[in-house]
Amino acid sequence: MSLFDWFANRRKESPEPSPPADREREIADGLWTKCDSCGALTYTKDLRANQMVCLECDHHMRVYSDERIRQLIDADTWQPMDETLHSIDPLGFRDRKPYSDRLREMQDKTKLVDAVQTGLGKLRGNPVALGVMDFRFMGGSMGSVVGEKLTRMIEKATIDRIPVIIVCASGGARMQEGMLSLMQMAKISGALERHREQRLLYIPVLTHPTAGGVTASFAMLGDIIIAEPKATIAFAGRRVVEQTLREKLPDDFQTSEYLLAHGLVDTIISRTQLKKTLAQLITLHPAPQPTPS
Amino acid sequence: MLINGNWSDQDSALNSPFAMPTTDRKPILLDFEKPLAELEEQIKQVRDLAAETEVDVAGQILQLEERACQLRKEIFSSLTPQQRLQVARHPRRPTTLDYIQAISDDWLEMHGDRAGFDDLAMVGGVGRIDGRAVVMLGQQKGRNTKDNIQRNFGQASPSGYRKAIRLMEHANRFGMPILTFIDTPAAWAGIEAEEYGQGEAIAFNLREMFKFDVPIICTVVGEGGSGGALGIGVGDRLLMMEHSVYSVAPPEACAAILWRDAGKSSKAAEALKITSEDLMGLGIIDEVITEPTGAAHTDPVLATEQVKAAILTNLIYLDSMTSQQRRDLRYNKFRNIGKFSEGLG
Ligand SMILES: [Zn+2]
Repeated sequence: MSLFDWFANRRKESPEPSPPADREREIADGLWTKCDSCGALTYTKDLRANQMVCLECDHHMRVYSDERIRQLIDADTWQPMDETLHSIDPLGFRDRKPYSDRLREMQDKTKLVDAVQTGLGKLRGNPVALGVMDFRFMGGSMGSVVGEKLTRMIEKATIDRIPVIIVCASGGARMQEGMLSLMQMAKISGALERHREQRLLYIPVLTHPTAGGVTASFAMLGDIIIAEPKATIAFAGRRVVEQTLREKLPDDFQTSEYLLAHGLVDTIISRTQLKKTLAQLITLHPAPQPTPS
Repeated sequence: MLINGNWSDQDSALNSPFAMPTTDRKPILLDFEKPLAELEEQIKQVRDLAAETEVDVAGQILQLEERACQLRKEIFSSLTPQQRLQVARHPRRPTTLDYIQAISDDWLEMHGDRAGFDDLAMVGGVGRIDGRAVVMLGQQKGRNTKDNIQRNFGQASPSGYRKAIRLMEHANRFGMPILTFIDTPAAWAGIEAEEYGQGEAIAFNLREMFKFDVPIICTVVGEGGSGGALGIGVGDRLLMMEHSVYSVAPPEACAAILWRDAGKSSKAAEALKITSEDLMGLGIIDEVITEPTGAAHTDPVLATEQVKAAILTNLIYLDSMTSQQRRDLRYNKFRNIGKFSEGLG
C-alpha cells in the first residue's frame, strides 16, 4: 500500500546538492536552514517565526507535532491526553527487525511514545480538541495507539461539545499491527459519527503526506477539509497507481492543488494563515444546544 | 442457482448480466491439493478397471476413499496462511452473487450510484432470505477472464462504494437488514479512482454505517483486502468463512515494503495474522463459518447452506435487540478493537 511510496520518495528526496562549505557547520548546528525546494538559506529563527514556510518560495517544510501544537494552541493552554498510551506489539511482529525494537528505536529517536499527540487547548480563545500526527514516528502510521488516542480525544470533544481538529501526516495503517490497525479506521470514524450527530465541527488539516488508511477514514470526513499547499494526499500511493496502469502520471497528481481541482478538499490554506483561519471557522460554527438522544 | 452441486446458468440470466460458469470443467488444482487429486485419480482407475474386468473391488475402493477423506481433512486442517490465501483466491471459489443467489428466495439486482456510474465490481440489490426482505451487496469477482475484466477483478471504484451506501440507505429507510459479502483483493487504485475520491468514498461508508438502525451482518467470503473490504465491513456482526482471509495490506505488498522482497509473501502472510482463527483470537471477528472439508469450491452447495444458516442465526439474535442497542453494539464492537498498554514501562 501507500507506505511503499513514502519510503521510496524519501529515498529520492535525500540526495541534495551540498551547501557552501562555510555554512555547512552552521546548517549542521541548526543555525541556518536550507529550503529543500529552492535551496535558499534562511536563519532558522526567522524561518521558525514564519512557521517553517520558506520566505523565498513559500515552500512548506516539514513541521512535527510539538512545533505544530505551539503554532496552533494558545500559550499555556495545552493539556495533553493519554501521554503514556503505548504499543505492546500485539502480534509479536517481526520483519527484518522485531517491531518491538523498531518501537523502542523510534521512541528514543523522536522522544515520542507513538505517532500522534492529542489533547485539549485553546485556539485564539476557543476550546478545541487537537490531534497532531507525527510523520517521524514510523511514517505517522496508524496502529492501536493512534486509533485509541484519537478516539478518546473525539469522545471527549463530544462530551465537552467542542470542535475537533486533526492535523494529518501519515502513510496509512501500520502493517506491524495487522488487522488491528485497519480496524482503527472504523473505530475513529464511529467516534466521528457520534461527534457529528451532535452537530459539532470537525476539521482535518491535510499535510504532507496524507495517505492510505488515514485518507480513507478521518482525513476525508471533515465538515470542512483544509489542505496545506503542495502536500501529497492520496489513497493509493503514486507507485502503486503507476504500476497498475503502467503509464506515467501527471506531475501534480495527488497534490493538494489537484485534489482541490477535483472537488475533494474545501480549501488550501498557507500554514502562516492556518491558526487564523481555524479560529474564523470555529467562530462561524458555534456548538448548538445538545440533541436529546 | 445450484443444481446437483454444479453451477447452472438457469435463472441467473433474469437478474444478472453475466453467465454463470458452465459445468464439467476441469478442476483447478492448488499445489497442496495434488496428492489428493492423485489419490482420486487412482480410485477412478480402480473403478474403471473393475468395470472392465467385472472384479469386485468394493472393499478396496472403500478403503481408498477413506484414505482420500482422511487426507483431505489432514491437508485442509493444516493449511499455512499463504495456502489459505490461495484457497481464498481460488478461481472457482463461490463469489458474492453465487452466495446471494443461493441463499435468497427472491433477488433483484439494482444498479448505479445515481451520479454517473455503475461499478460492476460492486453488486447489490433487494431480496428475500427465509421470507425476510433484505438488502444484499458485496464486491463481485469475475467467474472467468472476460467477466473478471468487466468486474475489475472485484476491485471496486469510488462509484462502487457510493452505490453500496445508496443501497444501505435504502435498506435503512425500509427497515430491511443489510447483508454484505466481502470479497476483494483491494479497492481499485487507478487515476480515476483517485480523482473521484476513493479515500472519501470509503471513509464516508465507514462513518455512515454506524448510523443505520437496521441490523448489519458482514461476511468475509473470500479475500478481505484492506480498506476496500472495510468500506462495506462495518456491521453488528462480522462473520468469516473458515478459509477466507482478511488483511491490512496484501501480503505481497507487505513483503515488498517490510522485507524489501516480494518473494517473502508467505512470511508476510503468516506475520500479518490474516486467517479466520487468528482474527477470532484478536477479537476482530465474531464467528467463523465452517467450510466443507476441501473448502467452499469443492462443495459450493454445502458452503452456501452454511453461510445461510450462520446469517439467519445472527439475524435472529440481532432482531431481539432495539435499534439503539444494535447501534451501541456496533459502536462498542469497533470501539474495543486495539491492543495497547497505559502507564510507564
Ligand atoms: Zn524555498
